[in-house]
Amino acid sequence: MRGAFARRRLGQLALAAFIAIVVALLPLAVHDVYLQNVLVLTLMYAALSQSWNILGGYCGQISLGHAIYFGLGAYASTLLYTHAGVTPWVGMLAGGAIAAALALVLGYPFFRLRGHYFTIATIVVAEAGLLLMLNWDYAGGAQGIQIPYGPDSWLHLQFARSKLPYIYFALGLACLTWLVTWLIEDSKWGYWWRAVKDNAEAAESLGVIVFRSKMAAAALSAFFTAIGGSFYAAFVSYIDPDSVMGFQFSLLIALPAVLGGVGTLWGPALGAAILIPMTELTRSYFGGSGSGLDLIIYGVLIMVISLARPEGLTSLFVRRRGAAASA
Amino acid sequence: MSAPLLETLGLTRRFGGLVAASGVSIQVRQGEILGLIGPNGAGKSTLFNMIAGLYPPSDGRILFAGEDITRFSAPRRCALGIARTFQVVRSFDSMSVAENVIVGALVRTPSAAEARRKAFRVLELTGLARRADAAAVELTPPEKRRLEIARALATEPKLLLLDEALTGLTPSEAQEGVELVRRIRAGGVTIVMVEHVMEVVMPLVDRAVVLDLGKVLAEGLPQEVVRDEKVIGAYLGDRHRAA
Repeated sequence: MRGAFARRRLGQLALAAFIAIVVALLPLAVHDVYLQNVLVLTLMYAALSQSWNILGGYCGQISLGHAIYFGLGAYASTLLYTHAGVTPWVGMLAGGAIAAALALVLGYPFFRLRGHYFTIATIVVAEAGLLLMLNWDYAGGAQGIQIPYGPDSWLHLQFARSKLPYIYFALGLACLTWLVTWLIEDSKWGYWWRAVKDNAEAAESLGVIVFRSKMAAAALSAFFTAIGGSFYAAFVSYIDPDSVMGFQFSLLIALPAVLGGVGTLWGPALGAAILIPMTELTRSYFGGSGSGLDLIIYGVLIMVISLARPEGLTSLFVRRRGAAASA
Repeated sequence: MSAPLLETLGLTRRFGGLVAASGVSIQVRQGEILGLIGPNGAGKSTLFNMIAGLYPPSDGRILFAGEDITRFSAPRRCALGIARTFQVVRSFDSMSVAENVIVGALVRTPSAAEARRKAFRVLELTGLARRADAAAVELTPPEKRRLEIARALATEPKLLLLDEALTGLTPSEAQEGVELVRRIRAGGVTIVMVEHVMEVVMPLVDRAVVLDLGKVLAEGLPQEVVRDEKVIGAYLGDRHRAA
């Protein structure tokens, strides 16, 4: 029985490696710049949603304010680069560390709130962060910051001629966040977080320090979200408050996990693989009409999935595996 | 006689104007099975929850192995060696049976692999090994009761608090439960069990404390307690009111 558990874990690792290799080979077949762009965004949102899933999925603390960590990462690496010439590699680690620290500062009062009240608090703080950035002149205020063009360079994460490096960076980030989640699943924190989500009182009676568990989940989640933000800034080369800290990012970070399956290993990646191409394609086919048809299609699809599979799309596979086991 | 493992000194708990427990002083001796009984509303659960650390007493002190734990949080009490079950089962429903037990085992080890090994030993002891990979939600009600006990046992407690763990079971299920409790005690764990139904617990416990209206009504060997007139009065009175 224990052997079966270890095999299942290794099987997941093998599947992830296989998918990563297939995605890495994808650009050889897909030369269209627009589609490569979609691929970068899909991988990035897979990574972001995987990060969100640590706090929202495993620990059950639903944040709709992750835009603040995303934006913080984008601004930290960009400001360090444009003002001090610090490479984005260092900048993104700095952004991640600041985001993790901010998550702890915010978590201290917020984790005393339960359920919806916690979620509302996260929304409010992210909006406050947005207003702050809009009025902070050193950080470009409402006009934003343009990352100066230079030669293509891995050191500066700037590539004007090819999307390929961005694809591989985003793929690496998606793999990293997946791997972290995979490790968490069979670790003390992983079990503690799920216990906190399922029943905090019972968890406490079994020695789980609920408050500290939530703080750890929040810090880890914020760290990787900020790294994603730094990457996004390097990818688009221009940031302003609305384009990296707007409320839509909070939703776009949470939605793939929600659609794919909250608190599951594969949910965020599966959700992103469906949601992001769908968003981009409906926008490019119907977005120009001004009728909002792309948003209608988008909304309807989310509703259909939510109604048909409230546990998320990964439940389709779990059920089939269960049926095969009992047959 | 050796010092008691657990001692409460004048524990009082008020909920607004209601005094649910009033000056309750009891002792739990090392290695015994103590029954905490009494009619509905006697204050059993209140006393139980104060010992487990769910809420603090309004007044009074709790000593565990000589240490004052009155202000300790529930997780800290668990780390010291006090484990509990809940009257209304609170399994972790997104997890498997084994994972539920692993959560408990992790209070003694940081290693998930070690916790998993321990969890399987506890599942063997509690007769749930066959159901290890089942989702906790799929268990039958008596299996869920067992899971509550297994989870608590995985924390390797010195003192196990059972809140109506045998209530609502069929006679044969209750008998299996009684045997499980005996096995646990044989493993060196001191047990306090709250029960509403006297018939189930009286043959099992070494001593019984009877509570009524938030106060200790009687205390002693089970056969003495059941003959106590105050106890009979309290239970009959309860039945008359109920009818």
